[in-house]
Amino acid sequence: MGLATREAYGEILKELGGKYENIVVLDADLSKSTKTAVFAKAFPQRFFNVGIAEQNLMGVGAGLAAGGKIPFVSTFAMFAAGRAFEQIRNSICYPKLNVKIAATHAGLTVGEDGASHQAIEDISLMRSIPNMTVIVPADAEETRKAITFAAEYDGPVYIRLGRMAVPDLFAADYTFEHGKAVQLADGKDVTIIATGIMVGAANEAAKQLQDAGISARVLNIHTIKPIDKEAIIKAAADTGAIVTCEEHSIIGGLGSAVAEVLVENSPVPMERIGVCDTFGESGIPSALLKKYHLTAEDIAAAAKKVISRKK
Amino acid sequence: MAEKLTQEQVSQLEKYAQSIRYSIVQMVTEAQSGHPGGSLSAADILTTLYFAEMNVNPNDPQAASRDRFVLSKGHAAPVLYATLAEKGFFPKEELLTLRRIDSRLQGHPSMKNLPGIDMSTGSLGQGLSAAAGLALAARLDNSASRVYTVLGDGELEEGMVWEAAMFATHYKLDNLTAFVDFNGLQIDGPISEVLSPLPIPEKWAAFNWHVIQIDGHDIQAIYDAIQTAKTIKGKPTMIVAQTIKGKGVCEMENIADWHGKAPSRQQCDLFLSQLNELEAQ
Repeated sequence: MGLATREAYGEILKELGGKYENIVVLDADLSKSTKTAVFAKAFPQRFFNVGIAEQNLMGVGAGLAAGGKIPFVSTFAMFAAGRAFEQIRNSICYPKLNVKIAATHAGLTVGEDGASHQAIEDISLMRSIPNMTVIVPADAEETRKAITFAAEYDGPVYIRLGRMAVPDLFAADYTFEHGKAVQLADGKDVTIIATGIMVGAANEAAKQLQDAGISARVLNIHTIKPIDKEAIIKAAADTGAIVTCEEHSIIGGLGSAVAEVLVENSPVPMERIGVCDTFGESGIPSALLKKYHLTAEDIAAAAKKVISRKK
Repeated sequence: MAEKLTQEQVSQLEKYAQSIRYSIVQMVTEAQSGHPGGSLSAADILTTLYFAEMNVNPNDPQAASRDRFVLSKGHAAPVLYATLAEKGFFPKEELLTLRRIDSRLQGHPSMKNLPGIDMSTGSLGQGLSAAAGLALAARLDNSASRVYTVLGDGELEEGMVWEAAMFATHYKLDNLTAFVDFNGLQIDGPISEVLSPLPIPEKWAAFNWHVIQIDGHDIQAIYDAIQTAKTIKGKPTMIVAQTIKGKGVCEMENIADWHGKAPSRQQCDLFLSQLNELEAQ
């Protein structure tokens, strides 16, 4: 097992802090959990705890960016995208200020804290805002590269990170290309498009399908916005069926973004793996993923179903 | 203590303020939309800031060393636009494009549209946080730049204001000076009746701000308060400016209905003549 994406975030943020003097970091009393505490220890003069006040977290971030700084602001996804949505929209995205929102503990795999802390709407909320870039890294290395990209890119970025450790998928030589899907396996019968922690499960599903004689392409879409239309259209043309997988509501997230591209360009049968318009609950992450049908087995079953719908 | 303004300087500033009020009435009438009441109440504060205090240059609106201004009560955009035009950031004729399609003068200030706007605002409660962020950035840069912001009194009902209030004192942002445009009225009526934020000075003092109370239409008092704020170390300053909503236009003064209503063209002519008479006095 590799690191949780939040752990990789803490490490790379400290490294980038040494490289870019303009990086400042803000947290809302969760720095030990979001891992911004690593940066805080290395650069205490550039770390500011705003306390339990997420609206002000975003507003101060906006002001720092307007003053020429590169603020990384962190809290749990629920309180970033959810509670402070309007501050992100009006104070950060409308003026296109250079604020990086690194939101941790996204999705059901927050686990035991339960539904109040399980953000399953954040991708939907964030991608609907003009000027916003939305990135969901799949593993530690992709997180390092995505955070580095965010630091060097001029404009608002929302990066969705997870609490639990995830398997390493990418080696140190991995190149992150903003807005470009990463093909992890090629296939001709179906394409599985996954993001975040579901990429590992998608890989696993492809192996299961191979054993059943089904050839599946696997695409990792780390940048939900702007989305890689070309890769999606090509997948539809080459394989004729799509399954999307995300640890997020099926409403408004990756599945919706892919569906938007498909219906306007090359409609093919599609199935969505995600949280089906319901709240989560307390439990260990693996039990939650199983109960809410976010496993490799669920993906493989959806792949078989979508293939059966092909004309 | 900094020197007082001369009587001549005060008279000149009062002329600017009258001209700004004239522009506010004109532009809101032309747009047939906008917020005249709270623009007129803040005219003397913005005049004093932009013409007697702030280090800003219309020919170099992005200068890193400049002082910053955040209009937290963004609906009072007309007073900011009129002040910036008076100062020379853009031609005064452009004021008449307020709120029109393709205009740089958006209904609420947009920093990407118009030179001289340091922060986009409009959704109440957010400006003080941005101002605090700007003040913190200036301090990190060892810049002498100071940050000014104007909040509405009704705006104090927004919880986010108090998050920012705590932040600014915790981080000892003494390069931040805020004003409350205390005109006592919000859209639905007197602030004391809608949802009272009173007592205002005591609240800011309890949040450990340095608090100064002034008549917000007394240019000399505004200037003095700004000078005092510059001497206060280790905490931000809140200047609670007692004002009159609609100040300068008799028919508008102290009437909540003029919060977000444009005068008719006939009313406009009357109001402008009143402002002319005031200036002549």
